[in-house]
Formats: sequence, C-alpha cells, structure tokens
Amino acid sequence: MILYLLRRIVYAIPIALAVGFVCFMLVQIAPGDPINAIVPPDAPADVVEQVRKDYGLDKPLPVQFALWLSKVVVGDLGRSLATGRPVWSDLRTAIANTLTLAFTASSLGFILGCVLGGLAGTFRGTFIDRTAVGVAVAGVSVPHYWLGMVMVVIFSVQLNWLPAMGAGPGGSSDWAWDWDHMKHLVLPAVTLSVIPMGIVTRTVRGIVAEIMNQEFITALRGKGLTRSGVFFHVVKNAAPNALAVMGLQLGYLMGGSILVETVFSWPGTGLLLNSAIFQRDLPVLQGTILVLAMFFVALNLLVDLVQTALDPRIKRA
Amino acid sequence: MSTATTPTAAEAELAVQSRQAETKSLGYWAGVFKRVRRDPVTIVCGALLLLMLLAIVFAPLIAPHDPYQGSMIRRLRGIGTLGYPLGTDELGRDIVTRLLYGGRLSWFMGIVPVIFAFVIGTTLGVTAGFMGGKVNMAIMRTTDIFYAFPSVLLAVAISGALGAGIFNAILALTLVFIPQIIRVAESVTQGVRNLDFVDAARASGASGFTIVRVHVLGNVLGPIFVYATGLISVCMILSSGLSFLGLGTKPPEPEWGLMLNTLRTAIYVQPWVAVLPGACIFVTSICFNLLSDGLRQAMDVKG
Repeated sequence: MILYLLRRIVYAIPIALAVGFVCFMLVQIAPGDPINAIVPPDAPADVVEQVRKDYGLDKPLPVQFALWLSKVVVGDLGRSLATGRPVWSDLRTAIANTLTLAFTASSLGFILGCVLGGLAGTFRGTFIDRTAVGVAVAGVSVPHYWLGMVMVVIFSVQLNWLPAMGAGPGGSSDWAWDWDHMKHLVLPAVTLSVIPMGIVTRTVRGIVAEIMNQEFITALRGKGLTRSGVFFHVVKNAAPNALAVMGLQLGYLMGGSILVETVFSWPGTGLLLNSAIFQRDLPVLQGTILVLAMFFVALNLLVDLVQTALDPRIKRA
Repeated sequence: MSTATTPTAAEAELAVQSRQAETKSLGYWAGVFKRVRRDPVTIVCGALLLLMLLAIVFAPLIAPHDPYQGSMIRRLRGIGTLGYPLGTDELGRDIVTRLLYGGRLSWFMGIVPVIFAFVIGTTLGVTAGFMGGKVNMAIMRTTDIFYAFPSVLLAVAISGALGAGIFNAILALTLVFIPQIIRVAESVTQGVRNLDFVDAARASGASGFTIVRVHVLGNVLGPIFVYATGLISVCMILSSGLSFLGLGTKPPEPEWGLMLNTLRTAIYVQPWVAVLPGACIFVTSICFNLLSDGLRQAMDVKG
C-alpha cells in the first residue's frame, strides 16, 4: 500500500514535467516571434536584441525551458503583457472564483446524478429508468454555453429573477458567501452542473445495476435484510468508483468552465483565458493553462489514492 | 395416411436444424442491421441526421435568401416575420438561410477532426497494443501527458496559442481526440493479441504486418469505430464552442457556434431568435449520441 502510494506519487512527477513542457511549447507554437509580444514593432534593432538577451530568448530551446521551469517552480509565472502585473496576482482571484463555481456545480451534478443513477439502476427497465437515461443523454449532449443563454433568457430576461452576469453586485470580482453574491452563482452553477449530472447518472446507473445483479445482494435479501439495509450495502460498494468519477469531473469543470464563464461574465480563469487570447497576452495564457493542468494532475493523483484507500478490493502492488 | 401430412419427428428435427442454421448463417452485419431495425430511437435519430445532412448539402437550393446579404432596415426581426419565418440576425440576414448554410461548417468541424483522430489514433493505438514493450511504453506515456489536460482546456490552449481559424481549430480538436482513441485502440488490440487464433497465425509463419491486417484490424475496428461515433457529439459541441469563443470560424461565415456568439448581444431584443443556433447544435449532438449508443448495442460492443 505504502509502496503503491510512493510509486504513484513518483510517477506523477514526469507527468507534471511533461505538462509543463507542453505549456512552455504553447508560446513556441504561437505564430510570430515571441519577442514581438514584448517589444513594440517599431523598436530599433539593437533594443530588440538587448531585450532578447534579457529574456533569454537567444538561448537554445532546452535552456529556455530550464530557465522558465526554474522560475515557475518558485511561483514566478512572468508578467502580463497587457497590464504589466505579475500573472499570479490576477490568476489567484480568478482561480478562487472558478473553484467556487466548479465545486458548486460538480457537487450539484454529483447529488442529482447519484439520485437519478441510483433510481435508474435499482428500477431498471421501468419508466424511472428511461427518464433518468433520457435526462443523462440530454445532459452530456447539450452545448452548455447554449443552455446558459437559454437560462439567461428565461430567468433573467423574461422572469427577471436572477442576474445574468458577473459574480457580485456592481461587477465586483471578490467572492463572499452572502445572498447578493450567491444569486449570481445560481445560473452558472446550474448550467455547468448538467455535464457531471449526465456522466454521474450514467456511471452510477451502471455500477448500481451491476451490484444489484450480484449474488451477495440476493443473499442479503434472502437473509431478510430490509430495503434500506440492502441500500447501505449497495452504497458501500458503489462509493469508491462514484467518488472517482466525481473527482475527475471537478477537474474537468475547472478546465472546462471557460465557455460558461464567458456566457455569464464570471470573473474566473475562463474569462481570464478569454481576454488573454484576444489580447495575445501569452504569459497569462501560459500561466493559466499551466496552473489549471497542474491542478488536474494533482486531482487525478488524489482521486487514485483515495480510491485505493477506500476500496480494499483494489490491491495494487 | 397421417404420416404423409404431419411431419415425422425426424423431419421436424431437420426443419428446426435448418432454421437454426439459417439464423446462424446470417452474417455479422446482417445481424447488426436487424437489431438496428428493431430500435426505434436509433432509426429516428438516423433519419433526423440524414434529413439535416440533405438540408445542409442542398442549402443553396432550399435556402430562401442569401446567407451574406444583410439589410439595416430589417435587423433582428422576430420569429414569424413574413418572408423570414425564423426572424433575422443583427445584420438583417435571414436566420433560416444562415442556419442551413451554418450547418455545413458545423458538421464539417464536428466530423473531420474525429475522422483524422480515428485514422491516426487507430494506427498508433494498434501499433502500441500489438508491438508491446518499448513501443507501447513510448506511445502510451505520451498519451498520458495529453490526458493530463481536461479536453476543453487543451482545445482552447492549442487554438488560443495558434490563433483563430478553421484550420487551427481542426488541428486542436484532432489533437484532443487522438489520445482518447489511442487508449481505446490499444486496450482492444491487447485483448485480441492474446487470443488463440493470433498465436495460430503466428505459428503458421504469418508476419506481424499480415497478422495485424488480417486478424487484428477486423476485430478491433468495430469497437474503435463505435467509440469514435460517440466523439462526434463531443466534437460538435467543442468546435462550435471554439467558434462561440471566437476561436474557430470568423465572421461573416455562417456557423452555429459563431452565430450564437454574435446573436448573444441581441438576447434582450429577440431572445428566442438568439438561442436558435444552439438548438441546432443540441439536436445534432443528441442524435449523434443516441445513434452511437444504438450502434454500440447493435454491434454488441462492451464498454
């Protein structure tokens, strides 16, 4: 067990390095000389050369990567070309906001998905099952940015119940858990929750149906266990896999919230990425993607470890 | 007397056997077709998609207006306007026409990356699964790196760095789907590789290439294909999403995601017109998803 833990952690290191390399390469594959993003196009040639030297852009790629990496590991993601501020200072609030949104959405999706999937798996082939499967297919097939627009049309434009944009009154981007802020969270979180809802429903339905078909359930029933007693056993057996799916979904939502954040002008990493792309602010683009991807790597690792700890059937050498 | 009219036990046995032989001799694809025919959901989805495909292919013949020709005096008309049944957009262009033409690019960008990824991913995945050892290690560990990115983030990162454009969007989406197909291809190939008939072929002196071509591909293409059809739905949502962000197609080209983006400003004027392009993406994507589920069941693919 300890050995497995260590091996899994050690294995995550090359992955993290490779992810860093991909993020580093993002700036390299961008069209044009990276120097043009730093100096104005009409700068004299000797100034350009000086800047190139200062930034280490005259060195070979592997050296540049090593230089970049040595800064990144101490938290220096460079400076934004648009604002001149360190990338990390803008990224910090954005990540907190995205985490608030993604966590709320994935919890909501997880609860709904477990209920729907559990019911569908228990009552297979019935009307409940067909409805749940239909909802799940719709959840994974819907373009969620469009669903967000429909929500805005219904709840903001027509009914005027909830705000359509931003994360707080007066366009503030600092989050607080009060009603003024929370009513801004409702529409984006519900919109974003349909994806994990669909996926969790499908997964839980499959897991529950498989468990219900196993002999030990029949044995428990034969022993005269009540419905709720059997239910407890089903949950115990389904939990590790369901939790793993949930964990990964949180990671997907962190990285995938850009579309929903754009629709609702939610001041998170997605909105930051969006503006970075259109201002060609490559350091912000690179830093944001790096942090989100690292978060995903860490989450993957955590999910794996928790799953192994929870499920004694998984014996990994 | 009676033996002439009623069949003897032996004859009856023979009849049952021949009937069994008949059902057995039914080819694999005939069986798949038979199962699809009994699945109303799959039939309806297939028919809807076919109808849409015909509509977008023959868009120039059925579209009532020009997709690029706007007019400042009839901007943002509502649904049910005379001559413009689904209204007009922010530049006064007919929505029906734009939706018909828009489907062309949306379908193109939803399917082409999956085809590219299918070809490249299958090649790499089957190679990795069949060769094993160091080749497998190299291909699968590279795949792991791309798996470390959530797919939306990877697509946005690549096309964001490369800049807007159809070609860049297709490239980004292809790169997103290749690792997913490699994983499926590798795992089914490993399953087939250990079966007895592969050993038999090897014992009879067949080369590795021949074994893959004759024995492996036939058994792995089905599952990979079904998996790939499931990706079309995701790809359509993602590619329209990229256009929605302004990273895919550029105006004035009609494309559902881009239309959704430009109509977003009109959400307080004509809310129901503004959400129409998204409804098209939704219907197409759900049909592809259900079609893929139907195929999976009909072809008896597990997973």
